[in-house]
Parts: sequence; C-alpha cells; structure tokens
Amino acid sequence: MENFTPYSALLGGSLIGLSAAILLLFNGRIAGISSIMNGVFKSPKHEVSWRSAFLAGLVLGALLFQWIAPGFITPRQEYPLGLVAIGGFLVGVGTRLGSGCTSGHGICGIANLSLRSIYATLTFMATGFITVFLIRHVFSLT
Amino acid sequence: MSKIIIALLCGVIFGLGLSLSQMVNPNKVLAFLDISGNWDPSLAFVMMGALAVALPAFRFIQKRRQPVFEDGFHVTHKTAIDKPLLSGAAIFGIGWGMSGYCPGPAVTSLGFGSMEGLVMVAGIYAGFFAERFFAKK
Repeated sequence: MENFTPYSALLGGSLIGLSAAILLLFNGRIAGISSIMNGVFKSPKHEVSWRSAFLAGLVLGALLFQWIAPGFITPRQEYPLGLVAIGGFLVGVGTRLGSGCTSGHGICGIANLSLRSIYATLTFMATGFITVFLIRHVFSLT
Repeated sequence: MSKIIIALLCGVIFGLGLSLSQMVNPNKVLAFLDISGNWDPSLAFVMMGALAVALPAFRFIQKRRQPVFEDGFHVTHKTAIDKPLLSGAAIFGIGWGMSGYCPGPAVTSLGFGSMEGLVMVAGIYAGFFAERFFAKK
C-alpha cells in the first residue's frame, strides 16, 4: 500500500460528488459520463450543447489542474495501446448495454440508493478485479 | 444558456476531482483493481468522498418540485436487474480492467495531452456505435 493517498482521494471524490449534486440541482441531470458522451451524437439538438459543454469542462478541469499543480499527474509509459483500444471498445459497448459506468451507476445511482446500480457496480468491480488478475498475474501482459 | 454554463462548471469541477484523486492516472486505477498485487485502496476513498456529498445532496435536492433551470428531474426509475444490465456491466468491467480508464477519466486525460486518452475515447465511441448497430438488428 505504498502509494495509498486517502486524503486527496477523499477530497477529489467529494468534488466529483459536488459536481453531480450541482448538475442535478440546476439542470435536473445525472452526471453519468458514458450517457453524456453517447448523447453528444444521439440526442435531439437542444440536448447536445449542455453535454458538449460538460465534456469540454472535463478537459478544461484537467488544464486548470495542471496550472495549479504542475507535475502532480505523471502520464503512464509503455502500456500496450492495443489493450487500451480494445478496453475502450468494451467500455463503450458495456456502458451502453448496462446503461451506465462508474459515475452513473457507481456514484449517482448508489447515491439514489438504486439496487440496480448497486448490482451493476458490484458486477463491473468484480470483472475489473478478475481482468487485472488475469492480465498481470496469469498472462503477464503488462 | 444558463444550463450550458452549469454543465461547463460541473464538468470543470468533475475534472478537477478526477485529477486531484488521480483517477486520471490509469496506474492508480489498476493498482486498486489489483488486489493480489501491491493493493492501493485509494479508489474506494474516491467513491466514499463522492457518496458522502452526493447521498445526502441527492435526497435533499429531489425534495424540490423541480430543478432550478428545468421542468423536471431526468432521473431513471428503472429497477429491473436484468441480463443487459449485468452483462453490460460485466463487459464494461473487463474493458476498465484492460485499460485502466472509465469514461470520465478518459475524456479528462485529453486535457493532460494523453495519447492513451485519445485511443480510449475513440475506442469508447466505436463501442457505442457498435452497440447501437447490433441493438437495431
């Protein structure tokens, strides 16, 4: 547990919770990133602009963060891009089929005490654990 | 216009949260998912922090008749724990474990100039379109 960072994790997490709360309070929307991403190319026109603004905000947040705390995040080196590409594809298919990801089910759904979201979260956590175990310790791909 | 500004602001706060909690660092995410390795429980603390705010806030907010800028709350009332939900979540978890990215950090990492982020976001959209294509059949 040498890289354990509980305080920045708690504080960063509470910012994520705050963002979800503000979006619900003012716009009545759930901060589920996969749905927001998908909606950019699917929604009726008047729905596209707020979704695009949210996604632009994510990128802007990263830029702002680097300005405040330069060098805090170090990019990953030499990870197989093929795994990222296939992983991305599966994340895309899975989050549409299962109607949500870590933010939609894991945070907003659980915050609404949705049993559906709790089951979804336990499921993607479980397959995530198994996948990393296989990749790292059985097949030694990374 | 006000809805767009709120969405932008929420995106910025969300992006700052993902950066500060280091969820934009896929190594950090994979260290959480690697229980049998050198386990890093930080991600659980991110969820705890988020839920500590969102759980009470969501209850309180939904006692209002309507959101500030909208006629109603766009919150799903689906309750079915069915095959698409569980198989979708399972597939998502596999992709998450392979890459170390879920959708939020993938988009946010574009702001860090991450090549992986670009590949990830492209992959996610390819997955969206594939799912939509097969769902129509």
